[in-house]
Amino acid sequence: MFAFIMRRLGTLGVILFGSSFLLFNLAALSGDPVGELRASNEPDAEARIAAITRSLRLDLPPPVRYFIWLRGILGVFVGKFDLGQTRTSEPVAVAVFDAIPTTLRLVTTAAITAIVLGIAIGIITALRQYSRFDYSMTFFSFLLFSLPIFWVAVLLKQFMAIEFNNWLAEPTIPPTAMITIGLILGLIVAAAIGGDRKKYWRVFFITAAGTVVTLVLMLQLNWFLQPSLGPLGFFAASVGAALLITQLSVGLQHKPSLRAALCMSVLGLVSYYPVNWLFNKENQPLVIFGLLLLTIASAIAASIFFAKIDRGPVVRTAVLTGILTGLLMILDKLMRTWEPYFNTDAVNGRPVPTVGQTNSLLESDDYWISLLDVAMHLVLPTIALTAISFAGYIRFSRGTMLEVLNQDYIRTARAKGLNERTVIMRHAFRNTMIPMTTIIVVDFASILGGAIITERVFGWTGMGTLFNTAINSFDLNLLMGVFFLTASLALVANLVADLLYSVMDPRIRVGAGA
Amino acid sequence: MIFGRKRVESADSEQGSIINKETEGLSQGQIVRKKFLQHKAAMIAIFVLSSIVIFVFSALKQKIGPWTYPGWWRYGIEDLSDLTTGCKDGLVGCPTASLRPQWLGGAGIGLGEHPFGQDDIGRDYFALVMRGAQRSLMVTVIIGSIGGVIGTVVGAIAGFYRGKVDSILMRFTDFIITVPAIIIGSVIGFHFGNLGVAFLAFYLGLFAWTGLSRLVRGEFLTLREREFVDAARVAGATNRRIIFKHILPNAVGIIIVSVTLLMSGAILLETALSYLGFGVLPPDVSLGLLISQYQESFTTRPWLFWYPGIFIVTIALCINFIGDGLRDAFDPRQRRQITRKDRRDARVLKKASAHA
Repeated sequence: MFAFIMRRLGTLGVILFGSSFLLFNLAALSGDPVGELRASNEPDAEARIAAITRSLRLDLPPPVRYFIWLRGILGVFVGKFDLGQTRTSEPVAVAVFDAIPTTLRLVTTAAITAIVLGIAIGIITALRQYSRFDYSMTFFSFLLFSLPIFWVAVLLKQFMAIEFNNWLAEPTIPPTAMITIGLILGLIVAAAIGGDRKKYWRVFFITAAGTVVTLVLMLQLNWFLQPSLGPLGFFAASVGAALLITQLSVGLQHKPSLRAALCMSVLGLVSYYPVNWLFNKENQPLVIFGLLLLTIASAIAASIFFAKIDRGPVVRTAVLTGILTGLLMILDKLMRTWEPYFNTDAVNGRPVPTVGQTNSLLESDDYWISLLDVAMHLVLPTIALTAISFAGYIRFSRGTMLEVLNQDYIRTARAKGLNERTVIMRHAFRNTMIPMTTIIVVDFASILGGAIITERVFGWTGMGTLFNTAINSFDLNLLMGVFFLTASLALVANLVADLLYSVMDPRIRVGAGA
Repeated sequence: MIFGRKRVESADSEQGSIINKETEGLSQGQIVRKKFLQHKAAMIAIFVLSSIVIFVFSALKQKIGPWTYPGWWRYGIEDLSDLTTGCKDGLVGCPTASLRPQWLGGAGIGLGEHPFGQDDIGRDYFALVMRGAQRSLMVTVIIGSIGGVIGTVVGAIAGFYRGKVDSILMRFTDFIITVPAIIIGSVIGFHFGNLGVAFLAFYLGLFAWTGLSRLVRGEFLTLREREFVDAARVAGATNRRIIFKHILPNAVGIIIVSVTLLMSGAILLETALSYLGFGVLPPDVSLGLLISQYQESFTTRPWLFWYPGIFIVTIALCINFIGDGLRDAFDPRQRRQITRKDRRDARVLKKASAHA
């Protein structure tokens, strides 16, 4: 194993060397970094050309300059890592490492949403192969597959931001629209849950009626301008989360897990007011982190109290429920921040922004208002990125799940009398996740450098923007800096994917042969 | 609830017997063809896509060698005409196509002078969209064929010969993955100027084969261990014969399917590159370029934005559905859904055989 990793790392270095050499020379040929200055007739043009030429060593031929660049990179072994300077004499490393958090923020939310939603829907469609739900989701995922992201972005900006903001000025929903929304949601939920005809229509009517009643209530309570869950709504949502997690992880009939999970919800309700009091204190990130540790500790305590033997699954269920409950509490706090945020001068009643990372006009010391600001700026790019990538996850997880369900070990599991939940979650789902994991790892690496278009459409300045500027202004060192980071990440991710595969699936041996 | 499942076992066996009846005495190729022809979505997609291809390529005047094909549309992409007036909100150049009859207060059912409207200098937008769609289709086909050929050859050689050849070729593939196609595009653009869309597609194809080659390699690695390959080798077949006669026909399913996916990705790649300014450049037209030029005018003149987008989405959607149909057809484990008609037919057959 060790020898295999070392050998792969060696090849990886050779590949990086080869492609960076090629890229450096190609990029050096692609344009003149001082071409703009040469054409200008400013008085100090000559001096500036000379200065740039000196600092970027433009007097040397590209292959020689490559080795100067490479020496900076190899400096990492002697503790002097250097990526060179940009055209504007800023260290490349600084520019790149400034851009990484932005890109991560943009990409992580979208990737997590896409992965969770995509795998969930993919697996449900596999379980309901050839149902109406399967067909409509197949069509839907192909449709998303076929959309250019900048086209989606323009539509999102128009309908989710501009028109939604207009609508928020005076939120009313006409009855026909309400009924349509109810009917559509009913169809989707009924198709996803399935069952015989009677159950289908029952689910359909309950969902549709429930949606319409909820919408009426939301309008009556002015929920769109003053949203909140309140202690009761929060508790109901938390109990729902507890039931769902217990059902998925061990099944509702497993009493210790159910008790531990419900205990976490009750703890959440009890601590609702104290925690909200804490939320108004200074130094919020530390408070949230402390609360997270407290949640995990109490979840472990609860499971030790409720389960005498076989505590592993109980701890898992309780911790997950606790974390979800905590997220619900944060969501509730953010919802109650909505009204003050909405009424700040910088926002002025138009809360969904179309471009930018944060609202620079927003002057607020309140942690929650700035957090909500960041979240609102993430809404549109996240929807766009999610829509594009989750179609792939749906297709892939559906295909893998169908393949796994055809295996002999699934038949064995059923034959020995395991219930359907155990067969699906323990035997099928885990095996489906093996190839999924490798795909996720590789995707995540490529997505880091690949959000060029999204960043441009939504006016973010991350890695994609750096790459784009570098190409357009022939900024060689900047380009190589971005390339070096994304390429090595992609290669390492490939290696990690191979290793993960062999860890998760003992049938695969790495290093054998190749 | 989510885990509910009904009569899977009985449905399985029933399904099995019906499908077996259907494929009795047919060759592999015949089964694939039959399954593909029964895939409704793929058939609709093929119909729509071929209609679009014929429609789009016949619309405009173009030169084919020494001949000039006149085209049935009255405008070309360079023809300027007066901007249509009398639109809503004092706009000019709006679409003249109308579906509302005169007695309902509309302009009558008809295309009018400029069915898709006009751009800001008065060019006919229908002609521009047609040219853009031609370009996008061309790019798709070129990238698909170049990427398909290279990917298949590299994957096949790596998977068949294994060992040193395999590791060299696969590391070469990794190498290509790390080189961004945009850079190559801008280098070529800087030195040779705008070489046109066919050339753009050609070099994009040179970088688009990596995923395919990995798939083909995997398929070859498995197939070369099968008994029929051993049999052929014992009978004295050369490597060339084994590759072309024995392994390739068995791998053709996975190749075709990935090439369709490659093509639907290619159309989006071209639009994305044109959007960033590294793809098709003006004065030429492509769908991605049209959208990027007019995205700001979505609120005022939405037709400049909708029509190219609808063409991109339709073309990509059709290719995806055809790919899905092919995948189902080539996958022997994939079973078709049993319709009510199949069940009835099976019952009738059973009764008939019981009576006989």
